[in-house]
Amino acid sequence: MTAALSNPIALRHNRVTLRKTVVSCALLALALLLAVILLSLVGSEQLPVGSSLCALLSLGTTPCGLSQDQFDILFQIRLPRILLAAAVGGSLATAGASYQALLRNPLAEPYLLGISNGAAVGTMVALVFFGANEWSRPVLAFAGSLLATFAVYRLARGRAGATPERLILAGVIVTTFLSSAIVFVTTLMDATRIRSFTFWLLGDLSGTSKTLLPVTISIAVIGAIALTLNARSLNLLMLGERDAFDLGVEVGRVRIVVFVVASLLVGSSVAASGSVGYVGLVVPHLARLSLGSDNRISIPAAALGGAVFVIVADTIARTIIAPRELPVGAITALIGAPLFIYLLKRG
Amino acid sequence: MLEARDLTISYNDRVAVSNVTLSLEAGEITALVGPNGAGKSTLLRSLNGQVARTSGEALLDGQPIEKYNRRTIGRRVAVVAQEAELRFPVTVLEFVLGGRFAWGPNSGWGWETETDLRVAAEVLAETELMELSGRLMNELSGGERQRAVLARALATEASFLLLDEPTANLDLSHQATLLALVRNRCDKRQASALVVTHDLNLAAQFADRILLMRDGKVVRLGKPEEVLTPQLLNEVFGVEVLVDAHPISGAPRVTPIRRN
Repeated sequence: MTAALSNPIALRHNRVTLRKTVVSCALLALALLLAVILLSLVGSEQLPVGSSLCALLSLGTTPCGLSQDQFDILFQIRLPRILLAAAVGGSLATAGASYQALLRNPLAEPYLLGISNGAAVGTMVALVFFGANEWSRPVLAFAGSLLATFAVYRLARGRAGATPERLILAGVIVTTFLSSAIVFVTTLMDATRIRSFTFWLLGDLSGTSKTLLPVTISIAVIGAIALTLNARSLNLLMLGERDAFDLGVEVGRVRIVVFVVASLLVGSSVAASGSVGYVGLVVPHLARLSLGSDNRISIPAAALGGAVFVIVADTIARTIIAPRELPVGAITALIGAPLFIYLLKRG
Repeated sequence: MLEARDLTISYNDRVAVSNVTLSLEAGEITALVGPNGAGKSTLLRSLNGQVARTSGEALLDGQPIEKYNRRTIGRRVAVVAQEAELRFPVTVLEFVLGGRFAWGPNSGWGWETETDLRVAAEVLAETELMELSGRLMNELSGGERQRAVLARALATEASFLLLDEPTANLDLSHQATLLALVRNRCDKRQASALVVTHDLNLAAQFADRILLMRDGKVVRLGKPEEVLTPQLLNEVFGVEVLVDAHPISGAPRVTPIRRN
């Protein structure tokens, strides 16, 4: 044993440090800010770039020469939609990263596990039975995603623990079951609403609610922080529940926290925008690939990266066949499905 | 002091561990041997509070183990088991630093301190993994990986090491290395170890005491030469064996006799 080899300083390069986390997250936050500002200039209606930037940077206090219509397009339509995209993307990516660590499964994803469908059923029940009350949507969506989470978790746990394949199968079963519930609730709706619901189910960010937007954003931020604070426990859970228990993790408590917070994130996203799939798979995977598996960096990085990812995907969705729109879920699935197949094949 | 007093554990009427009394003495290695299903792993798991007792007591420093929180137990009792399959890329250093979790703040959040890194550096050097510390766990050989699992347990600085078949699947040289590391920890830090193993000869070589179990009960607890007798082994395993003295160490050597 030489002095150089036992020097703890030499070990610093092989792990994630506070500094590396802060720098990475600061860069991603900058990217998010740029995405919010720049992509709000993109859309079917051309806005003057200089005036729009001026208005955005003044936080909407001065019109900077924009017409009232242009100003409203920017601040009443595009910006809320982009902020919603950021909140949904951040929520789903954070939830995905946490499910993956907790369930010890790189394939775990809210949409693929049927958790988004659980939230969708909750949202639809709210719309059909408590249509007038906007708050009923996120509340019932949360209840739905929480129930779906526990159902998948129970189904996936075999005698030998949950293998990745078993978890995905459990997800398929829950998804199929909940899909039939969705079909059933759809029949209770009138024909004119059905089309917009089908669109919404695939992930649709156009229906931003003024009341719920601040709630969705707050839940995204608080949820990401709450899960990041459990990241060190999740690092050990990622290696196995029993190992984590032996090393001092209060496994039961962390599991409940992650299930509840992740369900809240999925519930609030789905209530606002339907089931945007694969975000929770693609983004955490990229975060781990570029920054390592330590959840203290990969969870906050996934939160910020997810926000950017969905803003970009939604910009594509609303511009590629303008003036018509695609559901944003179609774009994220187009990117996510091939990655899922790759991850599944790699084992 | 970590001990079991008249400890009984049963699952739905099936008694897995029955009235076992055992205390782990400082500086000693106790080998836990017996046929499959004798309750060895259950006993080991009850000593870190993972398996709940039915009656009797599992005591850490005189207090029932379930009175402690997980973090405190994690600093006092370390477990080495056959590690689960790793599904995420984790470096050897990150893996070993997992052993420092219980020393972190109560919130569970935080970053490793200089002390954590120093301890990690020590155990990595001790287990000769320093040069591999930046490699991914999946890239290591089976022997190196099991050394990393032991390194993580040593990084907890626990006084009690519970090892559940740590040498299964290891070749002769890796078995010896691993047990030498455990021996070293017991000698230098007055730690105590409980090692579940199926290898009676290995147990005879490295253990100060052997606990022989069958059907959840203690058959005999004593020095290797007191426990590894042809009569007892025949009675417990149902196999006729020859026991002679190892030509160099003098420890008992067990060889099954082929029946014609």
